Amino acid sequence: MAAVEDIVTEAPAVEAVPKRAMTLGTGTSLVMLGLLLVVPLFVKNFIIFQMTMLLIYGVAVLALNILTGGSGQFSLGQSAFYAVGAYTSAILMEQFNVNYALTLPIAGVICFGFGFLFGQPALRLSGVYLALATFALATAMPQLLKLGYFEKWTGGVQGLVVTKPDAPFGLPISQDMWIYYFTLVITIAIYIFSVNLLRSRSGRAFMAIRDNEIAAAAMGVDVALYKTLAFGVSAGITGIAGGLGAITVQFVAPDSYTITLAISLFLGMVVGGVGWLPGSIVGSAFIIFVPNIAEGISKGLSGAVFGVLLFLVIFLVPHGARQVAIVGQQLIGRFRKN
Amino acid sequence: MRSEELCIAALATAIIAFTSGTALAQKKYDTGATDTEIKIGNIMPYSGPASAYGVIGKTEQAYFNKINAEGGINGRKINFVSYDDGYSPPKAVEQARKLVESDEVLLVFNPLGTPSNSAIQKYLNAKKVPQLFVATGATKWNDPKNFPWTMGWQPSYQSEAHIYAKYLMKEKPDGKIAILFQNDDFGKDYLKGLKDALGAKASMIAAEESYEATEPSVDNHIVRLKASGADVFISITTPKFAAQAIKKLAEIDWKPLHIVSNVSISVGGVIKPAGFENAQGMLSAAYAKDGADPQWDNDPGMKKLYAFLEKYYPDANRLDASVVYGYGAAQTMVKVLEMCGDNLTRDNVMKQAASLKDFVPDTLLPGIKINTSATDFAPIKQLQMMRFKGEKWDLFGDIISGELSE
Repeated sequence: MAAVEDIVTEAPAVEAVPKRAMTLGTGTSLVMLGLLLVVPLFVKNFIIFQMTMLLIYGVAVLALNILTGGSGQFSLGQSAFYAVGAYTSAILMEQFNVNYALTLPIAGVICFGFGFLFGQPALRLSGVYLALATFALATAMPQLLKLGYFEKWTGGVQGLVVTKPDAPFGLPISQDMWIYYFTLVITIAIYIFSVNLLRSRSGRAFMAIRDNEIAAAAMGVDVALYKTLAFGVSAGITGIAGGLGAITVQFVAPDSYTITLAISLFLGMVVGGVGWLPGSIVGSAFIIFVPNIAEGISKGLSGAVFGVLLFLVIFLVPHGARQVAIVGQQLIGRFRKN
Repeated sequence: MRSEELCIAALATAIIAFTSGTALAQKKYDTGATDTEIKIGNIMPYSGPASAYGVIGKTEQAYFNKINAEGGINGRKINFVSYDDGYSPPKAVEQARKLVESDEVLLVFNPLGTPSNSAIQKYLNAKKVPQLFVATGATKWNDPKNFPWTMGWQPSYQSEAHIYAKYLMKEKPDGKIAILFQNDDFGKDYLKGLKDALGAKASMIAAEESYEATEPSVDNHIVRLKASGADVFISITTPKFAAQAIKKLAEIDWKPLHIVSNVSISVGGVIKPAGFENAQGMLSAAYAKDGADPQWDNDPGMKKLYAFLEKYYPDANRLDASVVYGYGAAQTMVKVLEMCGDNLTRDNVMKQAASLKDFVPDTLLPGIKINTSATDFAPIKQLQMMRFKGEKWDLFGDIISGELSE
């Protein structure tokens, strides 16, 4: 127990050194990348599908991590941005015959705009009030998607079925595997972009605002601009994840993007470690696999089992996967000294 | 030495392959079926907004337990793998893929919900895995030409609407109809059914109003419908709004012939809160027996259901319509598997499911039969009209088919 307490008190000190704390070491990164590249070659299509979903939710959690871990703003409305991204991709693909790869940047740009605009009124709010405002967005989204005015494009409550793309250039791999590698490339690109963003001038501005808004303003940081910018970037990345989700699942419907999704993403961020980007993938794994494990333990009480597991995680490792990683690092360090 | 060993091994393999080949000549299996087991997949919302329907999955599990305890189907035990999708379409896709690719089930039986089934339909049809007896009332499941691996079970909203239209054309040919419908797939499916069946007589519809499921009340819609001067009121509403409509009609003293859709016929959930005195003479239609209705207490079919519940699912609420539903659907599934005999291929499962003749599960109203064919993937098409009297529904008239051709 003493060890855990040590780390809990130690954690803020790590936050102050964002450069190292944000990422994994080069060696660990390469091993992770190698695993992500090689594993799909040896597993069933279903597992590949799950791994694709893992990456997609990982990107969505990462986006929330930039917003909350980076700039210190809460959001329970990520499902709304995810939905807008998913619908943008689906509508462009099915109604306007746009190539699936091209729909992703469009989804990203639209969501960036949407998030940036939403960030304007959200400026006046902070903490729990902001969380509530974004909550409203998440609750409203499924109903907006059902509206009769948009039905021509959205398919209303029936949703839209999306055609799964084949591998290009006649590559002899299955659709699932192609989408997986396609997603992997985008995920890596977004990850690198995010890490660099947080290390850049803008990232430092985000973190200054997170740590002390007044001090940041006094230092000459444009608080309003950077807060809305963080919202925009986060929404844009979530939108890309949504678009990838639509392509992978091959179906969009208003009921897919309820508040439950937003809470799942939030949960993934906390479990992965707020502000620690590699944790996003761990958080994503938690929200995808732990409900399945819970269901395996007891069907009737799956919700309760999930609750207990979540409680255990929060109680034992309040800083999520990042804390586990730090413990691991310290152990290795001690081992090396000996 | 080496080559000799290889030779023997090859010979042995050949012999095994040959003999087992002849032994299995009569039996044909696809993934998910063996000499001892039939693996059936299922997806239910055990958690989430529609978790009340999870009872259907539990009833089905209990029913398959009963079949297994009694020796299984042609000696094969049913292995029922049921997953939770929380009524979320992406989760349904994940679970469907898990069932097909990881658990390797023979077929997916009775997955629940229109959005979830829409999400997995294309995948299952591409994989040629039967998506049998889906638990939704949408009309689109009866489409053997485009989706030969998908089949519905309960009467579709459209066939129910056809029945009301037929009744009105016969009993009230000069009537003026006012329609209130929920603005979603359910309401629209229904409205289309009404208009199709009325055909040339669609001019009988004097007014139609739609409401959003998010509106707090439908009172103002009803006042507007009354102003149209209609003398027939069709309420295509979910329980909460159906009750509001019944109450409002009494309040503004409008006494049209009131028809309410089958989804809102619950005596406890709709009519009692709206007031029995306000609902007298109201019409609707049903296809299954109601556990809350004392007239079925001595019915042999329902007695069988209650005996089954006592032994295999003692904590079930027998007034819950989902129990009656799950029992009937599971019985249909067992019937199809029995018909398949030793030819348990996915192809044959669909073929047998499409050749049900006058099959009667214990829980359907007397006279209602399940019939399917290669061009008809809608197992239950018949309903019976009923009128609300006193504190319960009275069935009346013949069993009517929802098909338009008749």
